[in-house]
Amino acid sequence: MSPAPESKAPPPGIAARLVEFGAELRREGVASGTAELLDAFAVLEQISWTEPEDFRAALAATLAKSQEDRRIFELVFDRFFFRATEAAAIRENAREGGLGEGADSELGEIDLDVLRQQIADALRGGSEGAMRDLARLAIAAFGRQGEGSGVIGVDVQRIRRALGLRAEPQPELPAADPRHDGVPRDALRRFEALLRRELEHGQIQRTGQLPPSRPLNDIDRALPSGPLQDLEAVHRIVAQLKRRLKTQGHESRGHRHHAQVDVRRTMRASLQTGGVPVQLRYKPLRPRRPEIYVLCDVSTSVTSASVFFLSVLHALHDSFRKMRSFVFIERISEVTDVFDRERDFRAVSEAIGRDAGVADISGYTDYGRVWSEFRALVEDELHPRATVIVLGDARTNGRDPRADIFAQIAQRAGRTFWLNPEPRLYWNYGDSVIDAYAQHCQAFECWTTRQLEEFVKALARPAHES
Amino acid sequence: MAAAPDSVAAIADGLRSVGYLPGKSTALVSFLATQLGKPILVEGPAGVGKTELAKALAKVLDRRLVRLQCYEGLDEAKALYEWNYRKQLLRIQADTGAGAGTGGEGGRGWSEVQDDIFGEEFLLSRPLMDAITSEQPIVLLIDEIDKTDQEFEAMLLELLSDFQISIPELGRIEARTHPVVLLTSNNSRELTEALKRRCLYLWLDYPELEHELQIVRLHAPELQETIARRLVEVVGMVRELDLKKPPSIAESIDWARALLLLGAQDIDGEIFRETLSVIVKHRTDLDVVAERVGVKLDSAAGIVARARI
Repeated sequence: MSPAPESKAPPPGIAARLVEFGAELRREGVASGTAELLDAFAVLEQISWTEPEDFRAALAATLAKSQEDRRIFELVFDRFFFRATEAAAIRENAREGGLGEGADSELGEIDLDVLRQQIADALRGGSEGAMRDLARLAIAAFGRQGEGSGVIGVDVQRIRRALGLRAEPQPELPAADPRHDGVPRDALRRFEALLRRELEHGQIQRTGQLPPSRPLNDIDRALPSGPLQDLEAVHRIVAQLKRRLKTQGHESRGHRHHAQVDVRRTMRASLQTGGVPVQLRYKPLRPRRPEIYVLCDVSTSVTSASVFFLSVLHALHDSFRKMRSFVFIERISEVTDVFDRERDFRAVSEAIGRDAGVADISGYTDYGRVWSEFRALVEDELHPRATVIVLGDARTNGRDPRADIFAQIAQRAGRTFWLNPEPRLYWNYGDSVIDAYAQHCQAFECWTTRQLEEFVKALARPAHES
Repeated sequence: MAAAPDSVAAIADGLRSVGYLPGKSTALVSFLATQLGKPILVEGPAGVGKTELAKALAKVLDRRLVRLQCYEGLDEAKALYEWNYRKQLLRIQADTGAGAGTGGEGGRGWSEVQDDIFGEEFLLSRPLMDAITSEQPIVLLIDEIDKTDQEFEAMLLELLSDFQISIPELGRIEARTHPVVLLTSNNSRELTEALKRRCLYLWLDYPELEHELQIVRLHAPELQETIARRLVEVVGMVRELDLKKPPSIAESIDWARALLLLGAQDIDGEIFRETLSVIVKHRTDLDVVAERVGVKLDSAAGIVARARI
């Protein structure tokens, strides 16, 4: 994978490659400027290039300077140098043996069960080289059964299933089987990446050209929209958000536009200068701790986004004075307790699906009914310091939106926000009536984690700034 | 002073010899920093050895460690330098007093006094100033930079790129030697691009199982290997949970020492619950861990024992 020349001086090609690599990183949103690239060159003079690990780590240290950037860097690095080697291979017309037609007859003898065992063993052992070989074997063995779908992602999952590899323990298997206790999760992920790599490799060899380069298919940039999405990825996002938001007060401490002078501390400080208040001390800004009422649509179109949003808010409940959450489809139901009991995103999801009882007959959202029920539930509690947040797509399925009731609610509460998990492009198309509500509240589009984070920040920002 | 290590392997060996087991990229980035003279920005969860790395580097390079602990509201006066007002006042009073005593024209002239009271004699130097003016090369550790506000970060830029400080009354003070600078951050806020651009970036994460095992064994050598391995596995399990404060390496080591003191022969559900508070430090976390991991330990004791064979 590394360009691996023996000499220390960069060959003419590599400088151009690195600049291309930098440009690709920039396209994916990593802030790597000229200064970073210059650093990268300086760094590469200090290390031996023949170690792929060192090469990668040295580039990472200079080009990707935050945890998120680092993750994107890893992805782009793999893709970029993989494509570079493949492109070179096509130019040179080099073909590797081993997966050609000649090897097929030999592979025919492979016992599938033995292969399963070997792969599971290698996954537990975690040897990269062995895993790569086995990935090839697996592709060869399953590819010939005529199951190839042509879509690499689908094939990877098919092969994994056929191998019976799962992260969960499989007690039905004999205890000696390495899959009995489940395969380590990250080993499994590595194996899938290898499968994908080898499949792409095979495809490129067959067709003799590179597939068009695509931007990263980065699921964590969009909020989870389907129930099938990787729960672990969701967890990672929540953990990250939590950490960032817990401390976001720090930033606003720099803005002293409206700061109040703290007389007591100013007088104390003045003792040092003989009683002359040379330095003013200011009262620190306190982040706002609002009382929050959240209403989340959990009809099938927006379930995941809603539950995700709720779990973020509950993870952050320390920052709020009081928080009550409701879910609704046709009827409304309070789920504050569920979050007190359960911390796991998956468990919460299930509990809400099971207990909330919000679907009545049709299973379609009925905003009008929801508003009136909500008003009945909390009317006495709403006051100007309360914040109401609604998360939903404002698709009424043709029913009366009852924006008048919503307006009354918005009037009683201090602030009202609407988060729409649909891109702004789709607003007011079809049965979406977001404009009817947007007159009475602030509407945000909210379909990426970044938008969500911005919103939660705005929510907790000290009062006089918002 | 020991010569600067001239290869990645040399610095890795050096770090190991002073009791710090570096990961691969840690050694590499440390090496690059000493060679290129760039600061390192070390980020990672609390307790993975960010500060320890600075201490270990200081030992390896045989340099003095100057440490600046950052906190909210840290300002130039506490990080860089401050004029010693009291001494200046005394000085002025002493002058006027002397002038009055001799009945002259108010002692010395104004400009003379002014030059005098803004001399180095009246400068209180703070850690950064120390670092800059030190005769011997040093290692400068700016700890938890993310706790300060952005103004302070901006002030550091001059120091980090050119290793110099400008004092209006005195002019520019340049570093006499080239310090190795480490900045650590718990990533509690985004640092500015300008600061990041001047640094090499090192992300320290919780170590892999084998690596952590080595670390634990290094710090608690008397602990049996089987128990140490078990301990690291359990800590790994605990980290997987969604906790407010996941246990760090420091906590693993503490736990290993606690088990040594107690003379534990194995980590079973009971021992785990008794010593839980060593690794988990939040009341709500305690419940979650006891529930999820404690139960697993009771039931899975047999399986883990078998897996070890």
